[in-house]
Amino acid sequence: MYARSRTPVWRRPSFITAVAVFATFGMLLAACTGGNGADGEGSYSSIIEERGFTDADVTAALMTYMPSGEHDPYIMIASGGHSGQVFVIGVPSMRILKEVAVFTPEPWQGWGVGNLETEEVLDAGNVDGNEIRWADTHHPAISETAGEYDGEFVFINDKANARVAVIDLRDFETKQIIKNPIAINDHGGTKVTPDTDWVIQGGQYATPHGWEFSEIENYDDAYRGMVTFWKFDRASGRIDESSSFAMELPPYWQDLCDAGKLVSDGWVFCGSFNTERATGEGSDGTGEPFEAGASARDNDYLHVINLDKAAEVAAAGNTFDVNEFPVVGLQTAIDEGLLYFVPEPKSPHGADVTPGGEYIVVSGKLDPHVSIYSFEKIQQAIADQNWQPDPYGVPVLDFDAVLEAQVEVGLGPLHTEFDADGYAYTSIFLDSTVARWKLGPPYHDDGWTLEGTLPVHYNIGHLSAAEGDTVSPDGGYLVALNKWSIDRFFPPGPLLPQNLQLVDISQPPSEESETGGMQLLYDMPLGMGEPHYAQIIKADKLTPFEVYPEVGWNPATMSVDPNAPQLGNERVERNGNNVEIWMTAIRSHFTPDRIELQAGDNVTWHITNVDTSFDATHGFAIPGYNVNLSLEPGETGTVEFVANQDGTFPFYCTEFCSALHLEMAGYMLIEP
Amino acid sequence: MSVLDRILGPRVSKEEQQAHPQRYRRPKVLFTAAALLLMVSLLLPYWVLKLDAPQFPDGLTITAYVNRLAGDVLEIEGLNHYVGLGSFEDGAVFERSIAIIAILMLAGLLLASLNVHSRWVLVFALPALLFPIIFVADLQYWLWTYGHNLDTAAPLANAVGEFTPPIFGPASIAQFETLALPGWGFAMALIASGLVATGLFYHRKAYKPLIDAQSATDSTEA
Repeated sequence: MYARSRTPVWRRPSFITAVAVFATFGMLLAACTGGNGADGEGSYSSIIEERGFTDADVTAALMTYMPSGEHDPYIMIASGGHSGQVFVIGVPSMRILKEVAVFTPEPWQGWGVGNLETEEVLDAGNVDGNEIRWADTHHPAISETAGEYDGEFVFINDKANARVAVIDLRDFETKQIIKNPIAINDHGGTKVTPDTDWVIQGGQYATPHGWEFSEIENYDDAYRGMVTFWKFDRASGRIDESSSFAMELPPYWQDLCDAGKLVSDGWVFCGSFNTERATGEGSDGTGEPFEAGASARDNDYLHVINLDKAAEVAAAGNTFDVNEFPVVGLQTAIDEGLLYFVPEPKSPHGADVTPGGEYIVVSGKLDPHVSIYSFEKIQQAIADQNWQPDPYGVPVLDFDAVLEAQVEVGLGPLHTEFDADGYAYTSIFLDSTVARWKLGPPYHDDGWTLEGTLPVHYNIGHLSAAEGDTVSPDGGYLVALNKWSIDRFFPPGPLLPQNLQLVDISQPPSEESETGGMQLLYDMPLGMGEPHYAQIIKADKLTPFEVYPEVGWNPATMSVDPNAPQLGNERVERNGNNVEIWMTAIRSHFTPDRIELQAGDNVTWHITNVDTSFDATHGFAIPGYNVNLSLEPGETGTVEFVANQDGTFPFYCTEFCSALHLEMAGYMLIEP
Repeated sequence: MSVLDRILGPRVSKEEQQAHPQRYRRPKVLFTAAALLLMVSLLLPYWVLKLDAPQFPDGLTITAYVNRLAGDVLEIEGLNHYVGLGSFEDGAVFERSIAIIAILMLAGLLLASLNVHSRWVLVFALPALLFPIIFVADLQYWLWTYGHNLDTAAPLANAVGEFTPPIFGPASIAQFETLALPGWGFAMALIASGLVATGLFYHRKAYKPLIDAQSATDSTEA
């Protein structure tokens, strides 16, 4: 009969076999050709294979690569260390966008090489008549509104000479350098209060007031520490020295400070070391070297300062003057309840306030823990007068009464920042790691635990998480600012670049991950300075000028210069041997482009770049007279010099501005 | 019959108007619309020139209104000096100075013509009718003048040579690709011109019989 015909077709063995064969063949075909195009010539898969990349490498590459023309979502403002400058870096691509000249002359920006306005800013930072043309920039602070970065200004301290600079983020140029009148060096700055009312500059190595001479034997009595509170006037974009004041502190070596925020707004916290008051080893071998002498005690003191109240005391005139600068005396600070100490583990470095302002996180360099103090408990201890006086009578609050928790994070913890999910990140210097740990309540009920550590390369100093010291950190990215790079890059001579390492902190911690979910993404060599601290701000908070708003703009005053040459009014005026020149620059000529002078003339030379096109910058160099200006579109600069050398000097545009850039030149003829 | 009466033409009786409302409304609506379009066009660009070059990722644009230029004028002037093109300031000075008043007058004449029921309407409507042609001819004249009066001392005068930039459409000069386009203002003037032409057609349709009837009466009376 026709038994087979009753079996449905899809049940017949021949059909099933055929389907199985086709399916297997199809899967093989897909495996060979499909998906990522593994066999495609020049495809990325072959690159991955050739270079032996792991999944993590590929992820890191994909997370950091910026196609041409695409902008980074974050901008990092990093100090330049003893280069004296500030760096602007895109995150996550880690591309350097600019080195902003601050304390050190920098010819590309026309900073401190002839441009009068820039020379005046630099001269304000001279010390006792000595021209200072370098600095040790440490801690940039982006201005804040309600505890959030507002992207308007950056403050930066100079540790070497106790100076503070103000950079305006409309043009990323330095507008002010101010010398601290009572101290010769600093460290605990700059930090700003949540609305940038105050810029904090904490001291470091104690000296007598105004760094006057005093025998080292007088250390305990004559030497003093300090913290200075600079009043910032946002409207003028300048620090108002006349409304600022300092506070006298015992001769401990004050370290980093942080401003309280939200619940702790109005208070300031500074670490300190050398509470031993060690005075070093003399050439006769007496005394102990500082590194031992300053590390003898188990505890140093976290300084807890009531800034709001201190400002009232200073405003009431309850101060004494050092170099005509008002200082709240140590005894006044004690009597008025402006200053308290909290014991902190040995040789601490960072003092970092949590996003909500509830806690202060302190790391003792020589203690494997971070110690977390409760602001509420500190207030309670102050109310309870739960203290013992230090040798100067400053109340030292009871350690156990104010400590909230300690988390063991590794050897040599330094600085702590935060993310959006209640995790803290601490740089661990000796272990060369970043530790991720969980904050306790109100962030996590099961907090104060270490989640994991990520090795970094090597000797990490500060770290910076995206908006990680504000009231609402972003998370996502963190940059480890490593002091040593050793084998990470080609060694261009024995002085090696710093290594700024980008870390992905967007993934949550997990049981499987030893690094607590952190992944290293990118190594950025920086061979132009030694960044200490950096802050990372969302790029869309920054709205810099594309070109200056009006032609004839003076960046020093941020307004049109009444003396600015404009198109059509170029001229040279001679009055005796005073010669004043009004010149314009436009692609591709100077007007006028021949200047005749007599030897001995006092020359004032104004020049405006009247170009108004994006990126149409002109330079202006005079050989033999140490002059080079950078004139951005619309900018006016002024040069003053005495024509003390006669001769023929071709001046020219130093910024390749146009097809006829080489022709953009002129002659300065100085007749004997 | 006075000159004014002759210009105004025959009156339309109420009965006639009620009998054929559309017939008499049409030309009035069309002329009014044309006048309004002309007035609005003053606020809009008549001519737009776009320039593209590698170093200007967003391109450069110059926008010509009837009495002024807007857009990247300074930058383009700066570039023009390399080729030896004259300054925009020196071009069409007279035209720019009278443009606003002249166009308001065109609109005013159209509105005034609403009460003119004779052939004289042509005199009132003709300027608005011809305006787009006059604008294009004047622009062409100036483009030619610019392109043929290069400053021979300019760095690139010889390299580029005399030329007339096209009034509409693409062109290429040095590293620039240019595209000239009519603006919305010009489009409105053009539409206004069309409305006037249509209006004239309907005007003739409405009033010709009346005029013919009147002249017949006049000749009978004579």
